[in-house]
Amino acid sequence: MNLEAAAGRAVEAALSAGAADAEAWAEQTVSRHVRVYEDAVESLSDAGGRGLGLRAFEDGRSGYAYGTDLGEEGIAALARAARGAAAVVDPDEVGGLPDEFGTSTVEGLHSPALAEWSTERKVELALEVERAARAREGVTQVETVVYSDAEARVAIANSRDFAATYESTQVWAYASAFAGEGANLMTGLGVGLARDPGGLDPVAIGDEAARRALALVGARAPETRHCPVVLDTFVAASFVGFIGGMLSAEAVQRGRSLFAGKEGEEVADPAFALVDDGADGEGPDSSPFDGEGSATRRTPLIENGRLSTFLFDARTARKAGRQTTGNASRGSYRSPPTVGTTNLILQAGDQSLDELVARVGDGLYVTDVAGLHSGVNPVSGTFSVGASGKLIENGELGRPVREMTIASDLVSMLRAVRAVGSEERWVPFGGSVKAAPLLIAEMSVSGS
Amino acid sequence: MTLVPPELASLVLERALRRGGDFAELYAEERTGFGLSVDDRTVERPQSGRELGASVRVVQGDATYFGYVDGLSEDDLLRVADSVAQALRGETGAPESVAAPEPAEGHPIGRRPEQVDAGAKADLLRACDEAARAAGSDVAQVRVGYSEARRRVEVVGSDGRAGSDDRTRVRLGAQVVARRDGRVETGTDTLGGHAGWELFEDDPQQVAESAARKALTLLDARDAPAGRLPVVVGNGFGGVLLHEAVGHGLEADAIQKRASVYAGKLGEQLAEPGVTAYDDGRREGEWGSDGIDDEGTPTRRTTVIEDGRLTSYLYDLLRARKDGVDSTGNGRRESFRHLPIPRMTNTYFAPGEASKEDLIASIDRGLYAVSFGGGQVEPATGDFVFGVSEGYLIENGKVTAPVRGATLVGNGLEALRAVDGIAGDLEIATGFCGKGGQSVPAGVGQPHVRIRELTVGGTG
Repeated sequence: MNLEAAAGRAVEAALSAGAADAEAWAEQTVSRHVRVYEDAVESLSDAGGRGLGLRAFEDGRSGYAYGTDLGEEGIAALARAARGAAAVVDPDEVGGLPDEFGTSTVEGLHSPALAEWSTERKVELALEVERAARAREGVTQVETVVYSDAEARVAIANSRDFAATYESTQVWAYASAFAGEGANLMTGLGVGLARDPGGLDPVAIGDEAARRALALVGARAPETRHCPVVLDTFVAASFVGFIGGMLSAEAVQRGRSLFAGKEGEEVADPAFALVDDGADGEGPDSSPFDGEGSATRRTPLIENGRLSTFLFDARTARKAGRQTTGNASRGSYRSPPTVGTTNLILQAGDQSLDELVARVGDGLYVTDVAGLHSGVNPVSGTFSVGASGKLIENGELGRPVREMTIASDLVSMLRAVRAVGSEERWVPFGGSVKAAPLLIAEMSVSGS
Repeated sequence: MTLVPPELASLVLERALRRGGDFAELYAEERTGFGLSVDDRTVERPQSGRELGASVRVVQGDATYFGYVDGLSEDDLLRVADSVAQALRGETGAPESVAAPEPAEGHPIGRRPEQVDAGAKADLLRACDEAARAAGSDVAQVRVGYSEARRRVEVVGSDGRAGSDDRTRVRLGAQVVARRDGRVETGTDTLGGHAGWELFEDDPQQVAESAARKALTLLDARDAPAGRLPVVVGNGFGGVLLHEAVGHGLEADAIQKRASVYAGKLGEQLAEPGVTAYDDGRREGEWGSDGIDDEGTPTRRTTVIEDGRLTSYLYDLLRARKDGVDSTGNGRRESFRHLPIPRMTNTYFAPGEASKEDLIASIDRGLYAVSFGGGQVEPATGDFVFGVSEGYLIENGKVTAPVRGATLVGNGLEALRAVDGIAGDLEIATGFCGKGGQSVPAGVGQPHVRIRELTVGGTG
């Protein structure tokens, strides 16, 4: 059975099992994964996955079941399981399918060029990343080089006669290089994302890993201080991802967001503007419809320093008397939709990194943070995380530093943003984020 | 009942070796599970799943060729075998011997969770919700999740390896938010094991109460101190420090890629005599335990540090083959969709002779780090950072005020050398360990441990 047919069949099966409403989400993926080490293939994977998740609604209750068997019997079992699951939960007066469905047009979501790449050429690309990482003097080891791609097909169908599909491709590569030795071994990561392998720059990825590792050689703890901080693009993306998560209406409605009650209020310096855009053709996490069949769209979240809206799915929108923002997100067919970000876009500014550093004068340039997810209190927003990077001295990058923590709270940090850099790019940190360097007026740096 | 009939398994391995390879392996799995949660006083998100799938790998020299498929039909399996063989360039090989999988010595499941009525699971969650809310009027929000998972796995190798394992795990996790005068804090706790419903028959609400107590305590917390301080690390989840800062560095893939500070240190004295640590996938009913690992090697207890001396790394088959040793039963994978890599099972410090009170009484000014929110380590250097989710000041030999925002910053080798006291109260907690894009259940544990000095990064 093809995906559309399986999704349609699953909806019918749920209705005949007694559900009042139903929705099926089916996926099929083909993926290739190449790992190289010391000029040779370390592992080569070829995978084909498929599965379906079914939501059954009845009397304000919903149940979810998922499985890999898309045959008649498998689907009938899913329908029974979804209905059975619904029986034990409490009714939810705002639950149920969205009231409207739709799709948006996303340019370039699927690149046919991916299919033209043989495995040999993908391996060669990974080897080129490795060579580039090793090419810089001082790199002692290239530990990991991975090339990965996936071609996915998704079909949704529900009992309100909505059915839609999309196809997408994603490729990415990353490298992790070491510089220095023993206790002074430093790691650097290089990454690239695209729709097909032709969109990756293997030399840039390898070289980025090498440069990031080399930049930290000889790092030691800085003195404890309060100072201005420039977060590089990777680190800025991680923070932005964290902030995006707290703008979920679900987190807000359940008392787990420090932004609760702040809609329309000033929450950040005007330099900090944030958008969620699930329909951006370049965004890795784009799709025409979200996890429950609402059209994806562009949603400004923070504009002119003000919090303009939270992210909604149909359920949280109903609860708040609002409209969905197309942010019902699914990790895969194995989980029911829940509110989540799509692609977060931090609006780039017009100053280069060098200009930001010059503007700081004396401070800290952070290129890596460790333990963000354990170090940030998701409710209060206070954080203290391990960091490494470089000192900024007299408007220039100085000696490398590590063994320090940077601390602040997200509320103060957002107000203390002074500028966003101009070098924006998509990175896979904090979800799917288009980020740029971020200048923060003050943070607490705890070193020696 | 086998997932893949032995004749078919044999055919799959033959096809996989069609263009050469040192060995081929078929890994088949049935994954079933159920999850339910209570959040905002509402029982919701019931999820029930069943997945069937298999993977094939062929190893030739240092290269691994791998493929997986959702499904266990003959067509599915032969297609994946052919696609894997396609990538090789050698001459036709044949399996040496293919055996029918023998069931592993599993872990006892008292009461099969899937046979417990879903209503009882909902009731358990409601009871947890109430218990957490009863802990104090400042409790603002409670979320408790229940999950059960069963994995039936079969591993058949062209080298005669064959085993099957039937694994059942259950887990409760609670997150509580407390709020007072604009201050907001969270507390979490979990209870789980390679076990059945019996785990929740005796006072399961304690998980929720404990999470609530942590959140409430933090409301009174002051900013953490900063500087070099002696630290007593709590038992149970405190063992995440050992797991992250030492354990990952002992995994043989990191060792062989010279990506670990522990490379070349076998036999060296890394800690004081009296410090012993294990990785133990055999420990009965424990969260990280299995009957066999995901390559068919029976799980076992491996002494990694004995009286302060580094005695073993943790091996899967490939890395063991490279070093000419036996696998230690640490070849684990998240599912049939993943390649096995060396992973910890349950990693913990052996109990010592001190008491928790002794350890604390010996400190004039220090930190008692009861539990961590998680942490991160750079295995290449052993540098780590941990957020302390529940911590207290130690002043004049006594535990005094709770602190918030503390982080422990240090290095695994240094911290190990600085362990100078171990209590007898061993406890193992349930964690999920992420590595190489794979998440597996891992037990982290220890008795109370004193570390002479560590860098505490605070906000104060």
